[in-house]
Amino acid sequence: MPQTQASPLTWTRRSKQQNWLVRLLDWKPLLVVACMLPAVGLLMVFLTYPLGLGIWLAFTDTQIGRRGVWVGLENFEWLFEDPIFWNAVFYSVFYTGVATIGKFGLGLWLALLLNNHLPFKSILRAIILLPWIVPTVLTAIAFWWIFNPQFSIISYVLIEMGLRDTNVDFINTPWSARWSLIAANIWRGIPFVAISLLAGLQTISPSLYEAAMLDGSTPWQRFRYITFPMLLPILAIVMTFSIIFTFTDFQLVYAITRGGPVNSTHLLATLAFQRGIPAGQLGEGAAIAVSMIPFLVFATLFSYFALARRKWQQGEGDD
Amino acid sequence: MTDARMAIAADDPDAPRPSENKSSSAPEALAWESRSRRAVTIYVPLACFVFILLFPFYWMSVTAFKPNAELYDYKTYNPFWIGSPTLDHIYLLLFKTDYPRWLWTTMIVAFCSTILSLVASTLAAYAIQRLRFKGSQYVGLAIYLAYLVPPSILFIPLATMVFQLGLFDSPLALILTYPTFLIPFCTWLLIGYFKSIPYELEECALIDGATRVQILWRITLPLAVPGLISAGIFSFTLSWNEFIYALAFIQSTEKKTVPVAILTELVTGDVYQWGALMAGSLLGSIPVALFYSFFVDYYVSSLTGAVKE
Repeated sequence: MPQTQASPLTWTRRSKQQNWLVRLLDWKPLLVVACMLPAVGLLMVFLTYPLGLGIWLAFTDTQIGRRGVWVGLENFEWLFEDPIFWNAVFYSVFYTGVATIGKFGLGLWLALLLNNHLPFKSILRAIILLPWIVPTVLTAIAFWWIFNPQFSIISYVLIEMGLRDTNVDFINTPWSARWSLIAANIWRGIPFVAISLLAGLQTISPSLYEAAMLDGSTPWQRFRYITFPMLLPILAIVMTFSIIFTFTDFQLVYAITRGGPVNSTHLLATLAFQRGIPAGQLGEGAAIAVSMIPFLVFATLFSYFALARRKWQQGEGDD
Repeated sequence: MTDARMAIAADDPDAPRPSENKSSSAPEALAWESRSRRAVTIYVPLACFVFILLFPFYWMSVTAFKPNAELYDYKTYNPFWIGSPTLDHIYLLLFKTDYPRWLWTTMIVAFCSTILSLVASTLAAYAIQRLRFKGSQYVGLAIYLAYLVPPSILFIPLATMVFQLGLFDSPLALILTYPTFLIPFCTWLLIGYFKSIPYELEECALIDGATRVQILWRITLPLAVPGLISAGIFSFTLSWNEFIYALAFIQSTEKKTVPVAILTELVTGDVYQWGALMAGSLLGSIPVALFYSFFVDYYVSSLTGAVKE
């Protein structure tokens, strides 16, 4: 009884107290603005504005500590004659292409393996995500140690097994360094791809496989005509993310080779950093960074159309 | 399919043979696969994957506890095992370098930017998903697209901005710039989470006379706690992993974050202290790994949930 009396009392009093403030906050336009302000404000100031500023910087000769003047396309003209820049473009594309194929091939295989009935499934998934959780630089340092010219454990095992006579050269010549970095990138990328694709696999209805089996399909046909098409929407999204973040990768290369030997493993991001921050040529660094944008736009459009296709497939409305 | 097969059976005198083959293979596929076959096709590749994915961590740990004599001598000592474990490298790291300070800075930066982006993205996600103002879809799409802008193209203009704002070489620069990649991700994740909370609950509260703010605070947020936790874990790990901003904006030794400091402070000269490097990497990985292992279920379910969305 006392409760039923007390609650209307407190309710009326509070409604009087909060009157103007509550009404103000219940006014929807204001509430929307108040809710969106922190996120949109932060993104505008620290993302949209720098993006524009970066594009502007690319057309100036700004250096650290000196305001630049507009120089038009000079930075780009200069870069287009720079073999190091073209090498970075080549290696960025090559790195992204090979690493993406490797990551998705192995990741899909791992996801298919994990989709079976296995003991300790949750522990297994936790272990598999580990390479993705741990800071990239720290695992890159571990790989640097594994790729050590003198004390590489891989060389040791290969020599002990009698497969080789000398230490493997991992990061001292251009092509071996390129492949070693790609291997490290694939290692780091597999978990995310596998876990995302596993989520996609688990949404596929088993009845489709049953129907296909009754029709006498081979395992390959089931993969080709059921698993793969059903997985395609998620595959497209994850691949877009993967391509964008592999193409603009920085940490792995910076930690293991810093672009060497003889600038052979520079990605566009590491080259932009090297020219921009330690060397102080902000304008030129920004020009290198800006030249990544066309690739990113391409990848984003790819993502957008993949999403549209997915909605169409699932028969969803707009939301 | 069946029509085609029947047509073949009608035409072809060899027809019984394919159908025999089918009948011998079909039960095998339908029933349980034999154990050895399962072992070869599933467990062996899986074991290889787990071995390859975990080996660098094992190697990191082994190196961190090996004395230098064993570290560089594979002939007399088995490299895969530690003969006489030592804490020398960890001692060197903790007491002869600024490692504890780096750890502390990283922790503070990760914590503050996580809180900042959680608050901002919860409000934004609530507004986009629940208040449904005009054009909220487009704002949602814009925030999603913001996630696709990688730090690698932003760090140069951001460096000039940070310099002009007088934040250069201050952890505040990192706390303010990390939300650029945290907010889009958290908002995206929380929009998906809010979508799963029944709208009827809010309608009931509205009918009972609750204000919008009360609804958010008393009803939606308590129900969204799992989503908030996973967004928090994501943000924390992402800020812990961040490298390029920390490398570009921080100069003085004592203000560096762990990933940057290990690479720039411990790698000096031509002789690398591999033991200390590995010990540093191990200690830098442990907080994230621990943090993540407590919430691994949230993490995996929200990761997969986010992708499903």
